[in-house]
Amino acid sequence: MHRTAVKKVVLEGVLDANDALAQANRERFDRAGTYVVNMMSSPGAGKTALLEHTLERMRGKLRLGILEGDVQTTLDADRLARFHVPLVQVNTDPGFGGECHLDANMVRSGLAELPLDAVDVLIIENVGNLVCPAEFKVGEDARVMVYSITEGEEKPLKYPLMFRSADLVLVNKMDLLEHLVFDLEQFLGNLDAVNPGVERVLTSARTGQGVDEWCFWLERRGAPS
Amino acid sequence: MHELAIAESVVRIADRHADGRQVTKVYLMVGHLRQVVPSALAFSFELVAQGTSVEGAELALEEVPATGKCRACAAESRLNSFPLQCAACGGFDLEIVAGEELYVESLEMEEAPSEDQELTG
Repeated sequence: MHRTAVKKVVLEGVLDANDALAQANRERFDRAGTYVVNMMSSPGAGKTALLEHTLERMRGKLRLGILEGDVQTTLDADRLARFHVPLVQVNTDPGFGGECHLDANMVRSGLAELPLDAVDVLIIENVGNLVCPAEFKVGEDARVMVYSITEGEEKPLKYPLMFRSADLVLVNKMDLLEHLVFDLEQFLGNLDAVNPGVERVLTSARTGQGVDEWCFWLERRGAPS
Repeated sequence: MHELAIAESVVRIADRHADGRQVTKVYLMVGHLRQVVPSALAFSFELVAQGTSVEGAELALEEVPATGKCRACAAESRLNSFPLQCAACGGFDLEIVAGEELYVESLEMEEAPSEDQELTG
């Protein structure tokens, strides 16, 4: 049987469904007075190590909460458990097509276990990946990217979406600078090429360099008014 | 591989708009500034379309060029690569006007609902 083809105009955003859920998350955070940071990086850039320093410094100053996203295992969550802050782990493994990043729905599923009213700043530690997490809003106020200098100067040019969407870049593993063939000025130039003037802090989770400045950044934004 | 998540969403949108009709082609607009790998998206699309009204449909990607409006001199420039820079005054402070799109533009489908729908409907 012959059928005629018809064309239908749709004009619907592919990420609209995720963005609507992210907006709902955001409203929930705002009602609770919780400032939310979406922390992103490649695997092994030092997110968890920096968070250990952060939780240590912020004890008694700011009530932090952590939402851990990982493809598998609770290893990162286990490392942070000793700080006794509200912490929930979301494994992305069962999600079909969602294994490489957190999306708004995964974050929502983790919120049931977090006492948001008792959290000034929630840090969402996204899955280690320089591409996928940048596409998915989860309801955050700010995006903080952890970049480590072992990754090479050219990364902002190769992964512009993530570097462009960052509100703050923590340039980590600065203790290794003297051992590496790494041109810091060139990296910062590449960073400015994709995200002109973005705030940056040079850090080392090893020596503690820059951790005060990063914690101050968090405090300025997250302290209850 | 967030292309899999994007493909899932594209199929879901197309399937809903098809309203029981067989979809033959899906037109997707992708901004130049997005990071979508076309081959990975096409592969994922074929996979997740199975068992839906979108099964077997062609996915047509159309890239939207990036353009920016300079906040200093108000000129509009085509942005082909980083750094994103005003072609008129060389400024870097640009408002992105186009190039961040990711949406289903339209569908092509068969006129009548598919066979079994006709029988039951």
